[in-house]
Amino acid sequence: MFGLGTIDPNVRAIGGSQEHDLHRRAGQIRAELQQGVSKPFSDVIDVSSGDSHLTGMMPVTFVRQVIAACLCPALIHSDDLPVDVRRRAQDLLAQLDGESMGSYTDSCGAPNVQRSVAEFITRRDGGVPASPQNIFICGGSQRALALLLEILIPNDGPPYTGVLTPVPTYKTFTMLLEETGTVMVPYQLCEEQGWVLQIDELRRALRDSRGHCSPKVLYVINPGNPTGHVQTMKSIAEVIQFAAEEELFLLADEVYQDTVHGDNSEFISYKRVLFEMGGEFSETVQMASVHSASKGYMGECGLRAGYVELVNIDHTVMPFAEWLIGTKICAPVPGQVALDIMARPPQPGDASYVQYTQEVQAIQETLVHNVRRAQEVLNSLPGMSCQLPEAGIFVFPRLQFHPQVAEHAKKAGVDADLLYSRRLLEDSGVCVSPGCEYGQRDGTHHLRLCVLIPTNTLDEMLTRLTRFHLRFMAEFF
Amino acid sequence: MSENGVASRRGKVLTLDTMNPRIKRVEYAVRGPIVQRAVQIEKELKEGAKKPFTEVIKANIGDAHAMGQQPITFFRQVMALCAYPELLNSSQFPEDAKNRAKTILQSCGGGSIGAYSASQGIEYVRQDVARYIEKRDNGIPSNPDNIYLSTGASDAIVTTLKLLMCGEGMSRTGVMIPIPQYPLYSAALAELGAVQVDYYLNEERCWSLDVSELRRSLEAARKHCNPRVLCIINPGNPTGQVQSRECIEEVIRFAAQERLFLMADEVYQDNVYADGCQFHSFKKVLFEMGPQYSDTLELVSYHSTSKCYMGECGFRGGYMEVINMDAEVKAQLTKLVSVRLCPPVPGQVMMDLVANTPQPGDPSHSTFIKEKSATLNTLAERARLTEEILNTVPGIQCNPVQGAMYSFPRITIPERAVQKAKEKGQAPDMFYCMNLLEETGICVVPGSGFGQKEGTYHFRMTILPPTEKLKILLNKLKEFHLRFTQQYS
Repeated sequence: MFGLGTIDPNVRAIGGSQEHDLHRRAGQIRAELQQGVSKPFSDVIDVSSGDSHLTGMMPVTFVRQVIAACLCPALIHSDDLPVDVRRRAQDLLAQLDGESMGSYTDSCGAPNVQRSVAEFITRRDGGVPASPQNIFICGGSQRALALLLEILIPNDGPPYTGVLTPVPTYKTFTMLLEETGTVMVPYQLCEEQGWVLQIDELRRALRDSRGHCSPKVLYVINPGNPTGHVQTMKSIAEVIQFAAEEELFLLADEVYQDTVHGDNSEFISYKRVLFEMGGEFSETVQMASVHSASKGYMGECGLRAGYVELVNIDHTVMPFAEWLIGTKICAPVPGQVALDIMARPPQPGDASYVQYTQEVQAIQETLVHNVRRAQEVLNSLPGMSCQLPEAGIFVFPRLQFHPQVAEHAKKAGVDADLLYSRRLLEDSGVCVSPGCEYGQRDGTHHLRLCVLIPTNTLDEMLTRLTRFHLRFMAEFF
Repeated sequence: MSENGVASRRGKVLTLDTMNPRIKRVEYAVRGPIVQRAVQIEKELKEGAKKPFTEVIKANIGDAHAMGQQPITFFRQVMALCAYPELLNSSQFPEDAKNRAKTILQSCGGGSIGAYSASQGIEYVRQDVARYIEKRDNGIPSNPDNIYLSTGASDAIVTTLKLLMCGEGMSRTGVMIPIPQYPLYSAALAELGAVQVDYYLNEERCWSLDVSELRRSLEAARKHCNPRVLCIINPGNPTGQVQSRECIEEVIRFAAQERLFLMADEVYQDNVYADGCQFHSFKKVLFEMGPQYSDTLELVSYHSTSKCYMGECGFRGGYMEVINMDAEVKAQLTKLVSVRLCPPVPGQVMMDLVANTPQPGDPSHSTFIKEKSATLNTLAERARLTEEILNTVPGIQCNPVQGAMYSFPRITIPERAVQKAKEKGQAPDMFYCMNLLEETGICVVPGSGFGQKEGTYHFRMTILPPTEKLKILLNKLKEFHLRFTQQYS
């Protein structure tokens, strides 16, 4: 019989996720409510994951209409859908084998989708060219990252490969490192200065790691998750220079690039900065950038659609990357359609343009409003401070607990912010993600909350959280 | 040394030498060099190049829709309604499709297929899958908690293999796979650094699985690794063999005796054509053999939305059912799948539709039955046609295509051609298939990509091209083979 002792030790080593546990408990409570169990609240508000549809944000109409028409081509000839939707579906289907979403596409993605994405990147980066051959369409950014790690990490035993990883960082990335037997080399982001990335800290982390692993990859998240920090061009250039000097492969997770809402911030891609740094860097620094249809205004997490753009990868290595992705056969086709639309949205003059633009604007306005409102309310609570993030769909407030809370938590064998989160869920039906999931400086505590949710849900959530927080803090005085 | 000294020190991080060496051993013949050449030829034809044929006939990949098979109307209607619920107000969709879509959407987070689902898959879907399995297996209970939805069956298979990898050198997990096999298995084993343990199917006996061969293979493997897993593909790919009930019982007895973990790839379970053949799930047989086996044998069975009568490959829908897995190991499996967040929700919805089809009395029932039967009957007809025509060719021997979607005929290649192939550095059947492609535009996959007994040659072709085109393909193949044999005699 296969027991714990005879399975992959790397799988055993994957740390359990408290967020997943809380999310599961939230689901249980929801079921209990449906069965009529009495609770001090009538519904569960789950803001623990970066999933905007979960709490009621609506999908973008054009995306769903095109997918529906591709699924059911009879719709292409009916008046139920606008003409540009029908045309787009027709074009997309024409490029699929057998004109069906049910066929496999090429392993790296349907060529027209690769092309759309390449053109999107080129436009985004002010003309810095992107080639479809360097774009791999994957089943979500998580799969893209897994693929990259698999190519990069030899896994042959000591010395183990190290990946420089920001702290705080989202949990599933650290789980991925554990799964692949890769050593996480943490570099602390500076909370006092708005979660900036400091090169000295990168240098320190790298230096300290050299004794116990072979550091090879530098993972950056920009805009940050959970922090929402947006790197300046200068900061990006410094990181690129550092990666070049230290011969590190740059892994740039840029899935929140469409969610910049800070007044003084602008998303600039790593690739663009690399290119603008000139030949010495732009022709040698190896990099992969990851994006997805899960975040931003589309929020299509369930479709599992993402891509990676490879930069300066040897032509001798590329075939292996292609073969490796070939073993997944292809990325899900509905997701590829969503990516195509993300890369090539309706244009002025198109029948759906006005509605599309209005919907996207409304989502963006909701996000801006919610971030400000959440920051304002949370920052005003005693024992809580909340920075205003520049991007992303979360707020990441810091909790200052009375020492008794820490003691109580210690006795229960959990982090104080996990204790807080569990109590919050049971008492108020609000599910958040505890800071211990993300890594944080010793003795500090945080929560992560998704705020890309309907505004009235946000208000209700903040009301419950405020009430709970004041009660909780009072309990320990 | 350049001005700042940086450029001269800097080498590329990711090179052939520094990348994961296991990747170098990964090959997936179904999309290998022959397909690349086929795509090139298609381009050349489009650009007006003159060739002895006007189109490439792709009989290499088990993709039914690519070859013109039509989707099941009801499935696509429900999917469209789930994608764009506004259509619930349209008169174009039948009531049962609408009701189904509503139920499915209620089971999705926020009522949207765009929300993440639980990592193990939407509970409602797993419940439907469990009921499907129970119905299929004469009422033997299935627990939704043992069902893991996945991104196609391939994903579930690789996840299972990953879970079971441990040990080094002599104690490294060995995985027994059939030869010939579906090359996903060898690719996955290479990726995971597992030891591949081959057991040969018996071509003379219609590709049957002999326990004596299993035993031989296992004993040989024990000398250099720890063989703990036995993979079975039933119905077979590429062989098309449908295992008899007796055979399945023998395999189960063998696995129980030798304490092997059984992985049963059953994605072609509805593709059974030959008279006298019937699909028996490993789970059903296991439980009908009584608690002596069903209480202890570790079994995982796999299914998918990609094959059978629906052919919905692009949705990447699938599941695995785990039986008798150690509870702690199962918890690890649950944790492992959570690292990928969740399987694609459209694929999960498709799996639900496959598990729970229109019932008698439902508005869509008769159309559904008509479409399903038509597709399966056509496939059966093509299976028969393929075997019949290929067996008229001297030098080609084709076992009956009892099930699945492929034919794996054995070809006699003249010695001079074998030599020519060696000179080119190609496997002889690759040389044969390349010539076939260049002369006729027919794209099939050489048997060397699937594994075969030393000194034998095969190719795998699908039975998916529309019947008229298939006839053309088979006749061209016949002509080619005679020509080729002549040319190299």
